[in-house]
Amino acid sequence: MDRATAAAPEQEPEPRREAIRVENLHKSFGSLEVLKGVDLTAQQGDVVAIIGGSGSGKSTMLRCINFLETPSSGKIVIGGEEVAMRADGSPANQKQIERIRTKLAMVFQQFNLWTHRTLLENVIEVPVHVLKMPKPQAIERARELLARVGLGGKEDTFPAYLSGGQQQRAAIARALAVDPSAMLFDEPTSALDPELVGEVLTVIRDLAAEGRTMLLVTHEMKFAREVANHVVYLYQGRIEEQGPPAEVFGNPQSERLKQFLSSVG
Amino acid sequence: MTGLLEILGLGASAELLSLSGWGGNLLRGLANSLQIAFGAFGLGLVIGLFGAYGKLYGGKVTRDLLAIYTTVIRAVPELVLILILYYVGSDIINQISEAMGGGRVEINGVAAGIWVLGVVQGAYATEVLRGAIQAVPTGQIEAAKSYGMPAIMIMRRVTIPAMMSFAVPGLANLWLIATKDTALLAVVGFNELTLETRQAASSTRAYFTFFLAAGFLYLMVTLCSGAVFARIEKWARRGQPSLKEGSA
Ligand SMILES: Nc1ncnc2c1ncn2[C@@H]1O[C@H](COP(=O)(O)OP(=O)(O)OP(=O)(O)O)[C@@H](O)[C@H]1O
Ligand SMILES: [Mg+2]
Repeated sequence: MDRATAAAPEQEPEPRREAIRVENLHKSFGSLEVLKGVDLTAQQGDVVAIIGGSGSGKSTMLRCINFLETPSSGKIVIGGEEVAMRADGSPANQKQIERIRTKLAMVFQQFNLWTHRTLLENVIEVPVHVLKMPKPQAIERARELLARVGLGGKEDTFPAYLSGGQQQRAAIARALAVDPSAMLFDEPTSALDPELVGEVLTVIRDLAAEGRTMLLVTHEMKFAREVANHVVYLYQGRIEEQGPPAEVFGNPQSERLKQFLSSVG
Repeated sequence: MTGLLEILGLGASAELLSLSGWGGNLLRGLANSLQIAFGAFGLGLVIGLFGAYGKLYGGKVTRDLLAIYTTVIRAVPELVLILILYYVGSDIINQISEAMGGGRVEINGVAAGIWVLGVVQGAYATEVLRGAIQAVPTGQIEAAKSYGMPAIMIMRRVTIPAMMSFAVPGLANLWLIATKDTALLAVVGFNELTLETRQAASSTRAYFTFFLAAGFLYLMVTLCSGAVFARIEKWARRGQPSLKEGSA
């Protein structure tokens, strides 16, 4: 839909619309306050890299956005639609959150492919059963997507028989199959052997280049600098510094960010 | 030679076990046993699935009730349970029937057997399935959630298929126990294999022949079940490299 309108020749280049907005997000686990008021906005087509030390709350923030984690308070707006929350932060309308989740595709550090299904079955699972796409159409699209991430011919293989890099690329194909309006990556290459990181980054780089909206938690600083148009540095549950990659990496302001960048090299 | 066979009671065995005679009774008893075992196992699975989900995700009251159920059933000897459940069950049905103005009802033996053994099986199945559900890596379920699957669909499409490989060995055991527990129904006068065998044996005094034949039938059931469950397990483990292949 969006692409069709974007491709219409007579249209003015319209102002980019907002994809994800997070306002004053708080999250505590018991007495441990992990997020202490985070604000973040991603426009359509933005690639936002989220960096920070271990335990700074990067994963928690990402998981709050699709309510895999229940925020303690704050506001989350996806594609202009505010997620209805109860006073305790839990989603007030389960149907709404399920609908919104189908637009936010998540890619996990541990891939989390369904192990009892083949790659093809993994990719068609959500389109067929959640989005009610006709199966032949879903299969055709799944084949294209698997070929696109370099897994043509592996359709009938089970995840456990593949390398981590291949599994993660399959997980990305599964994410693309729902035609998401934004993708959430949580350290997609951290569980991979070093020689397999490149093949996954290549796929993500392509997605960035085609204008996909992405939130990307990563420890790959070089990669973040290259693909992101906005970088957020999280420190102990707060955004310590953010801006374009050239600024954040080239001219960090806060002492903590300077330290962090020198420590990760 | 003939004398020896006579002494062992084997000479007459073939005749005794003929299908038109006692042998046919034994086979009918076996059919009854299997019918009950099958029904009880199925009922146990249904109870077990609800029980497992209740124990894992239910409220406090649900969890307490289920804890009582599984503890009591697993603590009391099955023979005692069968007597209790059978007589309590038939009593309740009769009271309801009388309260509604009907007379005493004849309890259907198969239905009673299924209900009694099913309740027992359900307690064990609850624990087997609870363990299996807990063994499913959380990432499998999180992935399903994050793609907008509703809870029931997650259960149907992800949790149950993913837990099967953990559950099948325990369920296979339960099935074998179900086939043998049917023998306990003899105490409430149900015509399953063991009761038929006893009747045949005491009428003909050919104890050896009939109990050997019954033992053989139980053994065949176990062997066939083993083959069937091996296939089910193979299917449930699809996608998981076998240990053998891994070490090769
Ligand atoms: N379910 C949970 N229960 C309790 N504490 C949690 C839970 N999840 C995360 N935490 C805590 O919240 C803090 C932030 O965790 P989070 O996973 O968001 O960090 P992170 O920035 O993603 O770190 P990493 O780089 O190691 O992945 C940590 O101290 C962690 O121990
Ligand atoms: Mg993390």
